[in-house]
Amino acid sequence: MTAVALAALRGRGRTLWARLGEVDPRYLVSFLITLILVVGEARYGILGGYDRLVISLGVCMATELALARLVGGRGAALQSAYVTGISLALLLKPRAGLLWPFALGAFLAIASKYVLAYRGQHLWNPSNFAISLFLLIAPGSVAILSHQWGNHLATNVVIWGFGLLIASRVRVLHVTLTYVVCYLILAAARSAIGGTPLLAELAPITGPMYQLFIFFMITDPKTTVGSRRGRIVVAALVAVVEAAIRLAADHHVAALSAFYPAPPILALAIVGPLAKAIDLCAFFHNPRRSP
Amino acid sequence: MVHGVTSLGVRRLGLTTVFLGAVFLVVALNRGRPEERGAGGGGGAAPGFSLRDVAHDVGIDFVHHAPTLDPRIDNIAPLVASLGASVSVSDVNNDGWPDLYFTNSRFGFPNALYLNRGDGTFVDVARSAGVADLNRPGEGVSMGAVWGDYDNDGLEDLLVYKWGYLQLFHNLDGLHFEDVTAAAGLRQWMNSNGAVWFDYDRDGLLDLYVTGYFRSDIDLWHLKTTRIMHNSFEFATNGGKNRLFHNLGNGRFEDVTDQMGVGSTRWTLAVAAGDFNGDGWPDLFLANDYGPEELFVNDSGKRFVLTRAGLESDSKSGMSASIGDVLNRGRLDAFVTNISERAYLFQGNNLRLNFLPELGRFEQGAEGAVADAGWAWGAQLGDLDNDGRNELFIVNGYVSGDRDRSYWYAMSKVAGANGNVFEDARNWPAIGTASLSGYERSRVFVSRGLAGWTDVAAAVGVTDEYDGRAVALVDLFNRGVLDVVVANQNQRALIYKNTVAPGNHWVAFKLVGTRSNRSAIGAEVTLEAGGARQLKIVDGGMGFASQNDRRLHFGLGSAARVDRVVIRWPSGARQVVEHPALDRLNVITEPGAVP
Repeated sequence: MTAVALAALRGRGRTLWARLGEVDPRYLVSFLITLILVVGEARYGILGGYDRLVISLGVCMATELALARLVGGRGAALQSAYVTGISLALLLKPRAGLLWPFALGAFLAIASKYVLAYRGQHLWNPSNFAISLFLLIAPGSVAILSHQWGNHLATNVVIWGFGLLIASRVRVLHVTLTYVVCYLILAAARSAIGGTPLLAELAPITGPMYQLFIFFMITDPKTTVGSRRGRIVVAALVAVVEAAIRLAADHHVAALSAFYPAPPILALAIVGPLAKAIDLCAFFHNPRRSP
Repeated sequence: MVHGVTSLGVRRLGLTTVFLGAVFLVVALNRGRPEERGAGGGGGAAPGFSLRDVAHDVGIDFVHHAPTLDPRIDNIAPLVASLGASVSVSDVNNDGWPDLYFTNSRFGFPNALYLNRGDGTFVDVARSAGVADLNRPGEGVSMGAVWGDYDNDGLEDLLVYKWGYLQLFHNLDGLHFEDVTAAAGLRQWMNSNGAVWFDYDRDGLLDLYVTGYFRSDIDLWHLKTTRIMHNSFEFATNGGKNRLFHNLGNGRFEDVTDQMGVGSTRWTLAVAAGDFNGDGWPDLFLANDYGPEELFVNDSGKRFVLTRAGLESDSKSGMSASIGDVLNRGRLDAFVTNISERAYLFQGNNLRLNFLPELGRFEQGAEGAVADAGWAWGAQLGDLDNDGRNELFIVNGYVSGDRDRSYWYAMSKVAGANGNVFEDARNWPAIGTASLSGYERSRVFVSRGLAGWTDVAAAVGVTDEYDGRAVALVDLFNRGVLDVVVANQNQRALIYKNTVAPGNHWVAFKLVGTRSNRSAIGAEVTLEAGGARQLKIVDGGMGFASQNDRRLHFGLGSAARVDRVVIRWPSGARQVVEHPALDRLNVITEPGAVP
């Protein structure tokens, strides 16, 4: 290949990259989760039934449309509802084919944005809220996605590749990378403390639950703090709280057992709203800071 | 403006109320229906039977011992060594009383052959019979056994599948056995947890299908590598290869696995054989760990075809495959056990209702409590109260260690990982003395027909929390009721003697093949009585590591007579028996004996 051809290719790459940056970030996020859904369902049948997807998506959309009109005083955030609906369909695994967790989970996820708000902004990522709530109050009816997608490396590589690319273009890569780096460091520390195989501690982050968590929950711009530095601190704190939950699990602390099926999701459910509330509070006391 | 603000406030208040209501609704729905959250109390009408463990009283004090494996996998030894307790039923000496064979799984610990004395007691004759000391270094340990008269001499022979060399024992005189493995061409090292006798080519000779779990090149006591585990929790295909051995009729068997197309490597834990599509040829139904179930349809004895029958999209952890006519439709359905654990995993048991003739597929019939029985292992369908409908007995529990320490969290760490990670046993966190779905109670479901199933375990006296593995149903004392035998891992065996409320009739059949294999394995009996129809099959091994009594037991409820019985023999012959005698065992010999 000639130098000219290489240069042309690089130029096209840069152009594509630049065009990607011009796309509304919400569409990129929607594209990524749709990609995960389509690839996962086509190759592994991850949904376990299209009825779950229809219910989750339908209730999310309907709830968002209704509540935006009734109490929101703004246009409906259908893209958010779309991502939430798919996330719930992918992450919630019901007992014996139950469907009500998807209907109620979808409603509670979207409604939480309107009910559990502080100074006009919601505190929880909607799917993070619904999943955490169900794991805490309905563990007999739902499980979290603990293993899926064939445990295949190729699937991981595709999703991580697209995920990192899109995270970069929507300018949340620092959140993803902070969390991942902190997770890896803390996993090594837990391995050293507990004497467990390092790969066992690193293993969860290669799983699909983490992919959804890293690219759709912890990076949700609506529920994270305003400053870049603040977001980095919050991501690190989530990893720290998660590590604490995992250490408790390693030591069989019974009082926290409800947290053990999904440590990162519940860590975010604890840290995220607190950080957001503090950030909003600080903003109202010092409006020059961005919320 | 004020009005608008007030209206918004009211709407917000209303939304908050609805929101809280939804939260409470989740809590309420999570509690489920009373019969789902009960401990097997039934919650309705009293069941028409009760079960009482009489193992010690009848002289059966068998205790299973798990294998001790290569120390390189000590970190997960309790998980890997969690198999091997089995029970299979046969009348080994043709005295009309069913006998029991239990396997042990540790070097130096014997298997047991409990001979039924006919007086309500049993005596272990395994050592004198030559089928006790099978668990030896270099030879492997027993995982289960199936009985079948492979040479049609009228005596039931014994195949013991092992983590190690298969062993075939020829029944010499009812009380003595000869190891004919090598002469039969079966001395093969397999890490097997299941086998079934069946006559796939209908030549009147029993063939043998043996499943593989770990790969056959693995010696679990002398590991060359620790990369011995599955490489996916859902679609693993790196298990041991299943093998089909064709009975040549001269005491030898030929491995025809590849030419018949049945060499699945999907970590098969259980297999059952039956004619699911009604074409007269027995098919193979596999329950696979770490993967979907498989149905190999028999193409006229010439080959098997792996068939998409609604099974392929469910990736689960199949442990046991039992077949029976669940809804009295005159058709074979399948029940496959799986895993359920709160918040971690709901794979759920599968009740595969057979709609192959109409739809080309099975439909899922498991819901509610039947689907969610814990870490379920062996299961059997049988009419325990003689009312004409099947009950379902399921044993549960994986590893019962410390009650306050669970391995579920630790396992969930590797479960989501790339397959290369957990394929290596060294990468698994150490289980130590923790439990993994331990101390789970057994379930006894009474069929309410289309209304579903009700768990009556506690109400009928089944309250044990052992790590159940194998279940076999048999009328142990020739009383006209099905008793339940349970083999527990690392624990004692249970003999649940059944007491049925009076009033219901029954009938049983012992079939003797002539053109078909002498054991009549694969024969289907359809009984019509009181406007209802029931189908049962003589099994050559089904459930998990178990084999039921080959005498077929039918409850009749209040029906005062049987209209007719249709027998479809493995040879293809069809026989009709009008009005067989009630409340007794009918011995029926296949007509048209081979001269």
